[in-house]
Amino acid sequence: MAEPIQICTFALEGSTFALPVAEIREVVRGLSVTPVPLAGGAVRGLVNLRGQIAMAVDLRRRFDLPARPSGQDEVNVVVDAGEGPVCLTVDDVGDVILVPADSIERPPETLRPGVRELVRGICKRDDGLVLLLDTSRAIAIGALRREPDSKP
Amino acid sequence: MADEILEEFMAELGELLSTLERDLISVDGGRDPSEVVAQTFRVFHTVKGTAGFLGFDRLRELSHAAEDLLDSIRDGEVAWTRPVTDTLLQVLDALRVIMETISRTGGDGAEAYAGLVGRLREAAASMGQESPVVEPPPSAPVPVAPAAAAAPPPPGPPPQAVFQPLRAAPKLVRPPAPGSSPPSQTPAVPPPTAAPSTAPAATPPLPSAARPEPGHAPDAGDGGSLRVPVAVLDRLMNLVGELVLARNQLLCHEAAREDTRLGETSQRIDHLTAGLQESVMKARMQPIDNAFTRLPRVCRDAAQATAKRVRLVTSGAETELDKTLLEAIRDPLVHLVRNAVDHGVERPEQRVAAGKPEEGTVAVSAFQDGGQVVVEVQDDGGGVNLEKVRQKAVSSGLVTAEEAARLSERDTLDLVFRPGFSTAETVTQISGRGVGMDVVRTNVERIGGSVEMVSRAGRGSVCRVRVPLTLVIVPALIVESGDERYAVPQANLSELVRVPPEREARLLAVVQGTSVLRLRGAILPLVDLGAELRTGAARRAADGSRSVVVLNAQGRQFGLLVDEVGDTEEIVVKPLGAQLQQLGVYSGATVRGDGRVALVLDVHGLARRAGVLEDAERPPAPADAADLATGLSRRSYLLLRGADDGRLAIPLGEVLRLEEVEPARIEPTGAGEAIQYRGRILPLVRLSSALVERRRAPRAPAGAPPQRVHVVVQAVGGRDVGLVVDSVLDVVEEAVMLDASRARPGVVGCAVIQGRITEVLDTAALLSAGMEAPREAALG
Repeated sequence: MAEPIQICTFALEGSTFALPVAEIREVVRGLSVTPVPLAGGAVRGLVNLRGQIAMAVDLRRRFDLPARPSGQDEVNVVVDAGEGPVCLTVDDVGDVILVPADSIERPPETLRPGVRELVRGICKRDDGLVLLLDTSRAIAIGALRREPDSKP
Repeated sequence: MADEILEEFMAELGELLSTLERDLISVDGGRDPSEVVAQTFRVFHTVKGTAGFLGFDRLRELSHAAEDLLDSIRDGEVAWTRPVTDTLLQVLDALRVIMETISRTGGDGAEAYAGLVGRLREAAASMGQESPVVEPPPSAPVPVAPAAAAAPPPPGPPPQAVFQPLRAAPKLVRPPAPGSSPPSQTPAVPPPTAAPSTAPAATPPLPSAARPEPGHAPDAGDGGSLRVPVAVLDRLMNLVGELVLARNQLLCHEAAREDTRLGETSQRIDHLTAGLQESVMKARMQPIDNAFTRLPRVCRDAAQATAKRVRLVTSGAETELDKTLLEAIRDPLVHLVRNAVDHGVERPEQRVAAGKPEEGTVAVSAFQDGGQVVVEVQDDGGGVNLEKVRQKAVSSGLVTAEEAARLSERDTLDLVFRPGFSTAETVTQISGRGVGMDVVRTNVERIGGSVEMVSRAGRGSVCRVRVPLTLVIVPALIVESGDERYAVPQANLSELVRVPPEREARLLAVVQGTSVLRLRGAILPLVDLGAELRTGAARRAADGSRSVVVLNAQGRQFGLLVDEVGDTEEIVVKPLGAQLQQLGVYSGATVRGDGRVALVLDVHGLARRAGVLEDAERPPAPADAADLATGLSRRSYLLLRGADDGRLAIPLGEVLRLEEVEPARIEPTGAGEAIQYRGRILPLVRLSSALVERRRAPRAPAGAPPQRVHVVVQAVGGRDVGLVVDSVLDVVEEAVMLDASRARPGVVGCAVIQGRITEVLDTAALLSAGMEAPREAALG
C-alpha cells in the first residue's frame, strides 16, 4: 500500500488542478509583475519575492486557456525550481487534500494535447476530477515555442 | 584534520606551481639561476615532505628527484641549461596532473612518471661522481622533526618511516667521496675541490643551512593577511547586495517623509552602506597578475612549437579585478597570447627580412578605464592579412564573396571572432583549429565585457578585452520605455542626448530606411527601444523632446531612443533563469527602491538584435591604426577653458553625467554649496576654487556671470558629487600621450588635444579635496 500524498488544489478556468504540497513554497496574492518583453508565451514577467527575483508563469496561458478577465482575482503559487523560485499564476487556490498514491491514474488520452503533456496524472474525487500538474514541465518555458520572427 | 591539511596543501601547491613556472622561465630570459634555485628547491622540498606525510608516494618520488637535481645545481655540480628548464617544466605539468588526480580520486594515481624521474636522476647525477659533496652530519635531519610534531602522527606508517627517505635519498645519488671525513664529524668543511664558489667557507654546511624546515609555509611570517574561503566572500557580497537594495528602499521612503531625524539616520546608513560595499568589493579584488602567471609558459611553449622567438612582456599586473571576473578572463588571455605567437609574430627569417629584430614581442598590458578594466594583448608581428581573412570567411561559408568585398576593415577583423573561423595556413597543434577566438568572445561577453581586434599591416595587431571591474553591484542608468523601467549598465554608456522638438529635424534622420542620430558630425545608428522590444514606439517627454542614450557595443556606438531618462543608481544585478537569458536582450534583473523589478538591458545583445553591429558601415573611430603605433587607446574628454584661455580636459570615463544648471539653483549649505538634484542633495565643488591656478589667484568672474553652468557629476567614495565648470568647449575622442611630469595637485599631466597643450584634470582628487576642505572647516 503506497503512502498517501498531500496535494493542494487550484482552479483554472473552471477546472480543478493540483500540485503536491511538498513542491509549494508559498502562496502569495497581489504581486506586482514586471513584464518581460519578447519572452512571449506564458511568461507574465518577473516578481520580487522579498528580494529574490522570480519568473511568473501564467498557467492559463500555459494551458492555452482564454485570458483571465480583467478584475478577476489571481493567486500566485510559488514553487521551487532548480534555478530558484517560480510563480505559477492561477485563478484561485482550493484545499489541501490527502490522496492515496495508487488512486492517481494516467491522464486519459482524450485530454487536449496542450494540457495532457503538462499533467502527470488524474485523480477521481467525489466532486469531480483533479488534474495533477507536472510542475517541472509546466515551468520549462524553454520548451515553449520561440518567437517566430525573432532574429537569429 | 588530514582533510584540512590536504586541502591547504593543494591550495598552496597550486599557487606555488604558478610562481615557480614563471621563475623557471625567467632563467631562460637571462635571470641568474642562483636566485631561482633556492626558491625552487624549497618548493620541491616542501612538496616532498608533505606528500610523504600524506602518503602520496608518486608525488613524493617525483618532487624528490627534482629536488636532487636542484641540489646538484645549487652546489654547482650541474649547470642550468635549457633542457633543465624543459625537464623541470615537465615536472610541474606532472605535478598538476597528480594534483588533479588527488582532488578527483583522493589518491595520487598509478602513473609513476618513471621516465621523468629517470631523466631527473640522470641530469642530477651527470657530474655527481666527479665533484662529490660531503653529506651533512646525521644530526642535520633534526629540523625535520618539528613538522612531525606540528602535525598529528599519521595513522599509517610511523613518523620515522615517512621522513626517513628525505635524508637518506641524497646519499643514493651522491655517495661521499672516498677521502672525505666520516659523516659523524660535526662541522664538515667540504674539501676545496668540492666547495662551490657560492659557499663561503665560514658558513656551516651549506646544504643543511640553506635547507628550510619543511612545514613552514613561505607566507607564514606574514601576519597582515588571512586566507578566506571564496564562499565566505561570495556570501558577504550577496549580503551587501541585499543591504544596498534595502538602503535604496529606505532612501525612497525617506524622500516621501519630512522627518529630519529619519533623514539624518538614513543619510548615515547611506554612507555606511557605501563604505561597506566598497570594502567588501575590495576584499574580492585580486591583482590581474594572477591571470598573468600562466602566460610566460604559454608563450614559451607556443614559440617552441612554431620555431619562433618570442618575448613576453607584461605591464599593469597590479591592476585589480573582482575574483570571479579574473577567473573568467584567465582562459581567454591564454588563448589570445597563444594566438598572438602562433598567428601574429612572424618566423625569425621573415622578421629579419622585414627589418625587425629576430625576436618578436607579445605585450600584455592591463589598466583601468572608468568602471572597466582593459587588457590588451599586442604583438609586433605582420598584422592581420585582411584579404586572407575575407577569403577564408568566404571559403568557410561565413559570408558570400559579394558580402566579403563590401566589408569594412573593422567588420573583417570581426570575422575572426565568428565560430568556425581559422586563418592559419597550416593547422598547428596549438591553434588554428577554428575554435578559440569565438570562445574568447563568448566568455568575455558572458561577464559583460567585450573584445575587439585592431590590426595594422606589417606592424602587428592588438586584441583589446574590456571587462567590468565587478559584476554584482554596478552603476546603471535607469531609462523608461513603454510603462516600464530598464537599467543600462554605466559601462556601456557614453552620453545622453536630449533632442528638443526644434532640433529634431537636424539631429534625427532616416537614411535609406534606417534611423540615425547625428552627433557632432558622426552618424550613429538609432534604435528605438520600445519598437525593438515590441512594446510600442518611443514617446516624447511632456515638453515634446526626445531622449537618446548613446551606447557602446564592441567599440561601436549607437543611439537608443527611450521615453525618458531617469537616475543613475547602483543596482544589484541578479541573474535571470536560462529561459529568459537566452532571449539575449537582458543580462539580468534588479529590484529597485520601490520594490519593483527592473530588467537590465544587455547592450551587446540589443545591438545585435537590432542589427546595428553588422550593418554599421563606417567605423566611428577611423584613426585606430594610427593609435596602434603609439599603443594608445582613444578616450573621451570634456574640454574646458581655463584661466588665461588655457585648456583643461576632464576624462569622461569616470563621469556619471553632465548637467547644465542655472547658477541661481546653486544653494549655499553649511558644508559648502549644493543643488537639489533629482530629489536628492548633490554637494558641489567649484573647479575655479578647487584647482589652484599657477599664474594667478582664482580668477574673478569676468563681466556678467554665465547664464548656465555645467555640472560634472561623478561618484567619489561611493557618493555623487558635482564639479561646477563654467566654460565647456567641446567633447572630443582622442588618443593622447600624457606627460605626467607636468602633474600638479588636481592635474594628472599635460597632453596635446586638438592641437593645443591641455592640462588633464584628476577630477576624483579635485572633488575629494574639495569635499574635505569644507567638512574640516565645519568640524573645526
